[in-house]
Amino acid sequence: MHLLEPRAQPSQLMRWTAPLIAIVATLLAGSFLFWALDKSPIASFQVFFIEPLTTSYGWSELLIKACPLILIAQGLAIGFKARIYNIGAEGQLIIGALFGGGVAIYFDGSDSAWVIPAMVVAGALGGALWGALPALLKTRFNAEETLTTLMLSYVATFILSYMVNGPWRDPDGMNFPQSIMFGDNALFGILLEGSRVNTSVFITLFAVLAFWLFNARSFLSYQLEVGGQAPAASRYAGFSAKQTVWFSLVISGLTAGLAGVGEVAGPVGQLNLNISPGYGFAAIIVAYLGRLHALGIVLAGCLMALIYLGGEAAQVSLQMPAAITGIFQGMLLFFLLGADAFIDNRLRKPVR
Amino acid sequence: MIDSLIPVLAGAIAAATPLIFAGLGELVAERTGVINLGVEGMMLTGAIAGFALAAETGYGAAAGLPAGAIAGAATAMIFAFFALSLAANQAACGLALTIFGIGLSAFIGQHYVSYSLPGLQPLAIPLLADIPVIGPVLFKQDAVVYMSFIAFAVVAWTLAKTRLGLLLKAVGESPEAAHAIGYPVLGIRYGAVAFGGAMAGIAGAYLSTVYTPLWVQNMSAGRGWIAVALVVFATWKPTRLLLGAYLFGAVTILQFHAQGLGIDVPVQFLAALPYAATIVVLVVISRDRKLLQLNLPASLGKPFLP
Repeated sequence: MHLLEPRAQPSQLMRWTAPLIAIVATLLAGSFLFWALDKSPIASFQVFFIEPLTTSYGWSELLIKACPLILIAQGLAIGFKARIYNIGAEGQLIIGALFGGGVAIYFDGSDSAWVIPAMVVAGALGGALWGALPALLKTRFNAEETLTTLMLSYVATFILSYMVNGPWRDPDGMNFPQSIMFGDNALFGILLEGSRVNTSVFITLFAVLAFWLFNARSFLSYQLEVGGQAPAASRYAGFSAKQTVWFSLVISGLTAGLAGVGEVAGPVGQLNLNISPGYGFAAIIVAYLGRLHALGIVLAGCLMALIYLGGEAAQVSLQMPAAITGIFQGMLLFFLLGADAFIDNRLRKPVR
Repeated sequence: MIDSLIPVLAGAIAAATPLIFAGLGELVAERTGVINLGVEGMMLTGAIAGFALAAETGYGAAAGLPAGAIAGAATAMIFAFFALSLAANQAACGLALTIFGIGLSAFIGQHYVSYSLPGLQPLAIPLLADIPVIGPVLFKQDAVVYMSFIAFAVVAWTLAKTRLGLLLKAVGESPEAAHAIGYPVLGIRYGAVAFGGAMAGIAGAYLSTVYTPLWVQNMSAGRGWIAVALVVFATWKPTRLLLGAYLFGAVTILQFHAQGLGIDVPVQFLAALPYAATIVVLVVISRDRKLLQLNLPASLGKPFLP
C-alpha cells in the first residue's frame, strides 16, 4: 500500500528533473487522451505543440500569453515560498483591470501621454488592494487565505459584471456587457508590426529582473523562506509572521493587477467579461513548475502559454473545445506534484 | 407575510441540498485528516456525468445521480493517488483536481450545451406536508432533498455513534497510533476520499439533473468551494454543517426573490452575496482560535508515510 519511504537527504537532482518528468508524463497522458478520442496522437501533437511555433505570428502570440502568466507567477512565488497560498490571483487580475480600465474610460478622448502610466499605477493599486484584503483577514482574524482569496475572486467577477452591465457599459455597444473600446493613448504601443506584441512586455521583463535580484540578493527573501519553513525559528530570529503575510499577498496582488492592465490595455482593448482565460489559476501551476525561481518561471510560463496556444489550435483544426487546455493544465500540475514527491522520498523496496 | 416567505424558505432548502451532500462528503474526508480542495472539480465531473447519462438513457435523475456519484468517486481517486499514495501537497492536489474537473466537464459537456432534462416533480409526503409552514417548506420537495436529510442523519449517526465513526476520527487525530494498532490508515483515507467524491458527484448531478436541469459550463459556480468553507464553519460537526448550508441556501435564493421582498439592489451584488457571506463566516469562526481548534482533526492536511 505504501509506495514511498523518506530519503535521508532531499534529492537535488529530482528537484530539477521533476518538471521535465511532469512534462513528459503530461505529453504521454495527452496522447492517450487524443487516442481515446479517436484522433491520431501524432497528428494531434503536431497541431497542439508544433504548428503554433511554425509561424512568427505564433511566436508573437506565445509572448502575449506568456507575459501575464510569468508576471503573476513571479508574485505568487514570493508567497508560496513563505507558505502563503494566494489562489485568488484571478480576482486580483480582474480588480487591477477594473482600476486601470476605469482610468481609461474616465480619460477617454484625452490626448495626454500620462494615461497609460496612470492606468498601470491604478491597476497595480487595485490588484494590491484586492490582495491586501485577505492579508487583513488573515492577520487580524486568522481567516485561511486559500479560501478568502478564492471567494474574493468570485466577488471580483460579479463586480466586473456589474460595471460592464451598468455604469461602464458602452452606450453604443448593442447592449453587450462591455465597455467602450479604449482610445489609442489608453493602449500599450504595438512593438512588432502585424502582431499584438506591445510595450507591456517591458513590465514583465522588469518584473523578472526585479524578482530575480530580490530572490538572489536580498535578506528579505531569505526571511520569507525561513518564515515559511520554520515559523518558530523565524519568530525567534525576530521576523514577523504578519509582515510576511502582508508582503506576500500585496506583492502577488500587485503583479496580478499589473497583468490585468496589460490585458485590457493590450490584446483585449476594453473591459468585458472575458478579460482573462484563467491566467490567475494557470499562474499557480507556472510558479510551481518554475520551481518558484524567477528564471524557471520564465520557462514554465512559455510552456503554459504554448498549452493555451495549442488549445486554440486544437479548437480550429481538431474541432476540440477550448476546455482541453484546462485538462492539460490539471494533468501537468498533478504530474508535477507526483514527481515532486520523489524529492524527499524514494520508492519503497518490495519487502519479501 | 409568512405566506410570502414560504417559497423563499422552500427554495433555500433546495438550494442548500448540493451544499449538504458535498459538505458532508468533505467533512468525512477531513475527519480522517485529508483536506481535498477539489470538491468543485468533483462536483462538475459529477454534474456532467449525471447529465450525460440522464440525457442518454432517458431515465433522468434516477440514472444521473448514481452516475454522478461514480464519476465523483472516480475523480477523487486521482486526487487520492497523488495526495495519499505519493504524499504530495494536499492543497495543491485539490487545486489540480479542480482545474482538471472544470476542463473535463466543459470538454464532455460541449455536446450537451443546448439540451434540457425534465427534472423532478416535488413529492409531498402524506401528513407531514400538511403541517402549516413547516410542511410546504420541508416536505413538499423533490426526492433528492429527502435523500439529503437521510444522508445527514447517516453521517451524523455514523460519526457519533458507531465503531466506524470512531475509526475515521482516530485516523484523523493520530494516524501513527491507528497504524500502530494495526488499522490500514491509507485504506481508510482512500475510502473517506472516495465517499467525499461520491457525495460531491451527487451534489453536482443534483444541480445538472434536478435543480437547473440543463447543462451550463461551470454550473457549480463555486459551490464546491463554499462546501469546503462550510466544513470549517461547521467546525467539523455535521449538525452545524446542515445549519450552515441552509443559511447559505437562503442567501443564494435571495437573488430570485429580492424584488418580491422589496430589495432593490443590482442583481450582481445579490449574486455575489454567498461568496461574501462565506468570507464573513470564515472570519467569524476563525477569529476564535479555541473554537476552531476544538474539533480540528490533528493530522488535517499532513501526509502519512509510516
